Amino acid sequence: MWQFFHKLGSPKWFFGISTRFMPWLLMSGIVLLMAGVVWGLAFAPKDYLQGNSYRIIFIHVPTAFMAQSIYIMMASAALVTLVWRMKLADVFVKAVTPVGLVLTFLALFTGAVWGKPTWGTWWIWDARLTSMLILLFLYGGVIALDRAINDEKSAARAVAVLVLVGVVNIPIIKYSVEWWNTLHQPATFKLTEKPSMPAEMWVPLLLSVLGLYLIFGWLACVRMQTEILSREQRTRWVKEFVLKGKV
Amino acid sequence: MRSAHRPDYGALMSEPLLQAVNLQCERDKRILFRELSFSILPGTVTRVEGPNGSGKTTLLRMLAGLNDAWTGELNWCGSSIANQREVFLRNMLYLGHRPGIKPLLTPMENLRALMAGRRPVSDAVLRQALQGTGLSGFEDVPCRNLSAGQQRRVALARLLIADEPLWLLDEVFTAIDADGVTALEALLQQRAAEGGAVLVTTHHDLALPGMQRLTLGAGGVTDER
Amino acid sequence: MNVEVRPVVPLASSSVGALAAMKGVFSRDMKVAFRQRQDLLNPLLFFIMVVTLFPLGVSPEASFLREAGAGILWVAALLSVLLSLDHLFRHDFDDGTLEQLVLQPQPLFLLILAKTMAHWMLTGLPLVILTPVLGVMVHLDGNSIAVLCLTLLIGTPVLSLIGAIGAALTLGLRSAGVLLSLLIIPLYIPVLIFGTGTVAAAAEGASVGAYLALMGAFLMLALTLAPFAAAAALRISLSNG
Repeated sequence: MWQFFHKLGSPKWFFGISTRFMPWLLMSGIVLLMAGVVWGLAFAPKDYLQGNSYRIIFIHVPTAFMAQSIYIMMASAALVTLVWRMKLADVFVKAVTPVGLVLTFLALFTGAVWGKPTWGTWWIWDARLTSMLILLFLYGGVIALDRAINDEKSAARAVAVLVLVGVVNIPIIKYSVEWWNTLHQPATFKLTEKPSMPAEMWVPLLLSVLGLYLIFGWLACVRMQTEILSREQRTRWVKEFVLKGKV
Repeated sequence: MRSAHRPDYGALMSEPLLQAVNLQCERDKRILFRELSFSILPGTVTRVEGPNGSGKTTLLRMLAGLNDAWTGELNWCGSSIANQREVFLRNMLYLGHRPGIKPLLTPMENLRALMAGRRPVSDAVLRQALQGTGLSGFEDVPCRNLSAGQQRRVALARLLIADEPLWLLDEVFTAIDADGVTALEALLQQRAAEGGAVLVTTHHDLALPGMQRLTLGAGGVTDER
Repeated sequence: MNVEVRPVVPLASSSVGALAAMKGVFSRDMKVAFRQRQDLLNPLLFFIMVVTLFPLGVSPEASFLREAGAGILWVAALLSVLLSLDHLFRHDFDDGTLEQLVLQPQPLFLLILAKTMAHWMLTGLPLVILTPVLGVMVHLDGNSIAVLCLTLLIGTPVLSLIGAIGAALTLGLRSAGVLLSLLIIPLYIPVLIFGTGTVAAAAEGASVGAYLALMGAFLMLALTLAPFAAAAALRISLSNG
């Protein structure tokens, strides 16, 4: 068990194994995402209230969902960094933070685009949009701290502390923003509360979430591999890899 | 003589207080030292030597537990420091580049603050220590009105009241005048005679009888004992 | 043959308790602060000035100020705490006393708790004391001012505690002050929301007991968790230095 754990933490091992399954991740991800999005955009029934504009949820919901779950994944990796000092966990956090930031931004952007026809305005201080905005700040803080520390080990550990502090706060932030929202703007956003969806709507949604998950997996692997190569550039296996093209 | 339980009241003269096994330290993608092993016996003064950037300060900070970007093993009285951090800290005194003196406080207040978390020491003892470092008359003057050498002496006054058997002294001779240097050298030797162990880095030409050298170099480490 | 055993090196065994160590840290920080009183005044002046900006910049109308007053005071208090946080460990780091603090044979999180308490006594508490005056200036009624002071009294220690984590993380970095704000402001949002929300609820005549209890829960959570996080962060920052 421990040996396996140790092996799992070895960048070289990860590099070898990830190269093998990355194409599968990418392909299945694209297939699922395309299926979900095309089905959702072209074939799913119209919403009886919002018409066609609701269809942006097939992009909005997967990005928002991913943006949040990436932070949770980062927090798990941060715990591993602090407790077991596993190199791979450091690499993971560093590699996926910008992905999380971009997805959070996309979620906010699609939310705003959705808001225009639905609420008649680009931005509204809706509880969900606001907590996504705060999530964007959290991601930004993590990146800023990582950039500010020169030594990569110290940076990884400092970032791990920050991510864990953030993850403790996320439920509190979400709860307080929702409370704040009901306090200030009592129940004008009934539209955002989705009515129970027919299967023709939620199945494509599920497909696109899964597809995005897989594509994220692929992207995380690519970025981790790049990060590993730059960190381990002095080691023999990286030099051999650069010369021969395989591990 | 090695036994699982170790009497709390003392360490044996023949067994190392501090033991380093296969230390490796990497900083900013550069390996400062690797496979560094040494033992520090009671009753010794060890000078850590090496050119600038060879990791002398880093080594001392590692030993003190301030730097933890290293791999290997560090033992205090035969068992890992990681498992007995507070015991180790109680028995170790570290003086770094930065003297650890608040400029706004007086020498007395500084010493009191430094000892507050360690053990109760009466003001009379503190005054005596300050006198011992040549600071009589300055006990209640804010440290920012003292010279650099005098501020350093405030930090050194701690050595006169120290009961910690292990001293890690990083560049403590900086800004000290000739008389002070002589007194400090005598103090280190006396400490060794009492059974303490001292690790010291300095650019000052320190040569005490019986002094050991631990040399860190650019191309790996040699242990010349 | 008899082997002579010489246990000659007495190990230091006596030590003071953690409480005495905390007292030492606390009283030292208080002493240092009172030797440099201008530094104590700065966050207060900042607090007053930020509050002044709102009537000047938005509207001096009593109706607007009455509505927004609690929020303005809370935001101003939050910013002045943020401003003072940069010093929490910085001076100690520069003169080497922070190293000696970490090397005390005591649980580090307790020492940090003591430092944070001193920080709150020197910044948060004076802000609370000043609040009634500024509350009158933004036309808050007596009841709102009382509730506002209460929320600040519970909330500002939380700001100091969370801030200690940020101060420890950014210790010794370039442009640490700005970075500190970026890291910490998102974490301050819940305290701000409930701080101002409680006053708003009080203004509507609702009972505020539940809200205050919730803020008390925030304080408890921060008291129990933040010192550990700050201690871990401090070790990392020192290790880097």
